Amino acid sequence: MAARSLIDKLAILADAAKYDASCASSGTATRSSMGQNGPKQGLGSTEGMGICHAYAPDGRCISLLKVLLTNFCIFDCRYCVNRVSSNVDRARFSVSEVVQLTLDFYKRNYIEGLFLSSGIIQSPDYTMEQIVDVARTLREEHQFRGYIHLKTIPEADPLLIARAGELADRVSINVELPKESSLEHFAPEKSQPVIRKAMAGVKLRLDDARDAQANRLIRKAKPPVFAPGGQSTQMIIGADASTDTDILKTSTELYSGYGLRRVYYSAFSPMQDASLDLPPVKPPLMREHRLYQADWLLQFYQFERSEIDASTTNGMLDLDIDPKLAWALRHRSQFPIDVNRAPRHLLLRIPGLGAKTVDRLIEARRMTSIRLADLIKLTKTAKKAMPFIQTADYQPGGLLDTDNLRARFAPPPEQLALAV
Amino acid sequence: MHRISLQQHADFEGWRVQARALCSAKVHPSQIRFIPPDRDNTLLDFGVTDLPQVRRKVIASEDFMDRAARVACHNDPDRYDRLYQLLWRLQDTPSLMRNTVDDDVRWLIDADKAIRRDRHKMHAFVRFRKVGDTDQGREQFMAWFEPSHFIVDLASGFFTRRFPNMDWAIVTPYRTAIWNGESLCFAPGGTRDDVPEEDCVEDQWKTYFASIFNPARLKVGAMTAEMPKKYWRNLPEAALIPDLIKTAKGRERNLIRSLNAAPNPLAAKATYQPRRVIPDQTPQDIPALWKQVEACRRCDLWQGATQGVAGVGPKDAALMIIGEQPGDQEDLAGQPFIGPAGQLLTQALTDAGLSREQVYVTNAVKHFKYEVRGQRRIHRNPTIAEIRACNAWLEQEIAMIKPQLVLCLGGSAARAVNGKPVKISEVRGRPMTRADGLPFFVTSHPAYILRVQRYEDAPKAYQEMVADLKAVADLLAA
Repeated sequence: MAARSLIDKLAILADAAKYDASCASSGTATRSSMGQNGPKQGLGSTEGMGICHAYAPDGRCISLLKVLLTNFCIFDCRYCVNRVSSNVDRARFSVSEVVQLTLDFYKRNYIEGLFLSSGIIQSPDYTMEQIVDVARTLREEHQFRGYIHLKTIPEADPLLIARAGELADRVSINVELPKESSLEHFAPEKSQPVIRKAMAGVKLRLDDARDAQANRLIRKAKPPVFAPGGQSTQMIIGADASTDTDILKTSTELYSGYGLRRVYYSAFSPMQDASLDLPPVKPPLMREHRLYQADWLLQFYQFERSEIDASTTNGMLDLDIDPKLAWALRHRSQFPIDVNRAPRHLLLRIPGLGAKTVDRLIEARRMTSIRLADLIKLTKTAKKAMPFIQTADYQPGGLLDTDNLRARFAPPPEQLALAV
Repeated sequence: MHRISLQQHADFEGWRVQARALCSAKVHPSQIRFIPPDRDNTLLDFGVTDLPQVRRKVIASEDFMDRAARVACHNDPDRYDRLYQLLWRLQDTPSLMRNTVDDDVRWLIDADKAIRRDRHKMHAFVRFRKVGDTDQGREQFMAWFEPSHFIVDLASGFFTRRFPNMDWAIVTPYRTAIWNGESLCFAPGGTRDDVPEEDCVEDQWKTYFASIFNPARLKVGAMTAEMPKKYWRNLPEAALIPDLIKTAKGRERNLIRSLNAAPNPLAAKATYQPRRVIPDQTPQDIPALWKQVEACRRCDLWQGATQGVAGVGPKDAALMIIGEQPGDQEDLAGQPFIGPAGQLLTQALTDAGLSREQVYVTNAVKHFKYEVRGQRRIHRNPTIAEIRACNAWLEQEIAMIKPQLVLCLGGSAARAVNGKPVKISEVRGRPMTRADGLPFFVTSHPAYILRVQRYEDAPKAYQEMVADLKAVADLLAA
């Protein structure tokens, strides 16, 4: 095989990485390359809030240079384009090539940093060492202070994963599928206990770093940093027969057990040279969207999983309406909620009102009695909330009890996808 | 009518000084026009009036000042007048900013949001092109950018923090920011022609942009919502977008049809041996037992837990302590009794004259049973069936360690050892013997002491436990 050019490798190894949804660069420590007395050595900064430097026509944010070190792989995960039995083109970057690409892109302000993952070559430990070496070169030889996200290999030595956490802003370990039985079938080399144990190892180190930071005796002291952006994971949606209930059960276990910042849901997408036992269909994007909404309710809206489960049908979320609305329609006796009096946790139950709107509403109602017109100023989705609220000058009346309330919100039956 | 000229588009300091004097002199907003360079003032007719004498102290909330400093960058020609209007109203209503449905406050919040968005987009969409290197080896870059508001000063700090070791200039239509490695300075605006037309890395970047796009997920609206077309002409990668959209449907169809006809010959060479579940068999020694407990599937608890947690301690320990099940910390670390209850146990052992190092510590149930509440895992009691399923492991541990005495902490452990339920208050503190001759002893679980309802009862519960442990120590010494 003739040696591939850098640009050919980039095309292959970015294409191979595009199925991984996580590309966020937010939530890490603040760093700058400016010293206290003028410029210091180094390149890059992080400012807490992530930046999307571009958007692809799939609507996804491009924040990091998201590539694989190689798409050669000894594993045979059926849902993965890089599995060993696939006939896709293969390529491998050297450590210095990834480092150079990252620096070149970063200096032109194309990216916030690097998101590096890899197919597994030789052994999990060997591969993890290579991944760590890229991060080490960037941090130590080039004083790179931008964002680094390393995908870690759960089968690798915990000490290598720990080293990754010392260098990276975020580490992630993909859980891939919600149930062990699915993994056994679709990813015979992987197992949930191995994945969870790796996540637990990261969680313990995150806790240690947090404790060291909190208990330091000198305020200026800098205890060793470990993945200040935390850890995340990804689950593939629609490749196996798992229900939304299964998926959310696993996510809540992972959030509560391992302190994950995010569980990414990634609709299974048709791919080149796909395994024959997978559904050759369009990716279930609406299902993915509903799962994110349900996930949000669990994390930020004080919903319990049992409440979400109770609004599913055969374990699946309603695709036509969002899960908060689905819950509200099944619990109409709890409405209307008086926006001038209700406590925050009840305001959060109102369809159409997000957490930010609720907080602004609470501030505003200290100053004035909220009328419907005021609510319309606060949110663009006041119309959705109207059947469920009362204000100083508005009552939903019989609207809340009408039989066709759901039909008001569900999209009308329509023709298949709009042409672009 | 007072006419106040401001020197810069974004001249918050200029406005602040003037507005403070005017507000202090109680000059009504209707009597003032602030004129930034972007405001057409030819139609306004001004009489010249002297400022009345200073009369009052001017107040402004921190939130207002914070937002006003940014909104000074807005392209609304009336922004300074509107800010003054708000400042005026703040004198009578100091908490005005909290009224988020007031029209003036809403304007400020929305204008501020627009500024922050524009600044964020400038941070995101500036594309540097390399101009060359200085004699000292510093790389030099330039970018052309067209912000919607007058945000160059506001947005430039980000680039100095990020790129202090490059020389760079960002040229916009109204103002240019220049960094030379020492200081940031500003010059008049320029044109697109001031910046080079290409950069040697742009082809790589375009390749990346095209390759990271998944044609099966085409969502043009989601892209343009965050990357509006007005920015496209200054983004090199945006030139590819129309073609990527046009070919997406066809590429998706091809992908759906693209199935794996024959496995790659590489597959035959892959020899990775995964860590599989070890077959359930009687372990011969403690390390073998640990491995099997870790992979135990005898009940369903393993599915939610991280790992099975076996006992630890010397193989010849005289005392074996049995708790109920691992907790949150034990589940993560794979070690029994290391969380709060474990620390309390260690303390109680020390107070009773025993050493934790000499004791074998384990649990009746090896996997953590919990329910998720909010963001936490809350302990749940194991069922009888779960205790039974785990019993074989416990009996094997007892058989291998052959302790002189077993100490059960709490009801679940007592049930596991004894085979039937006991009431702790009735049996605690006195030695008992199992049918097979194994001496055992029951006391309360340290987790019980940690959660006794009434705080003043906790020391008593702890003292009772230490007394029980002392009795155990006496038995062992005898």
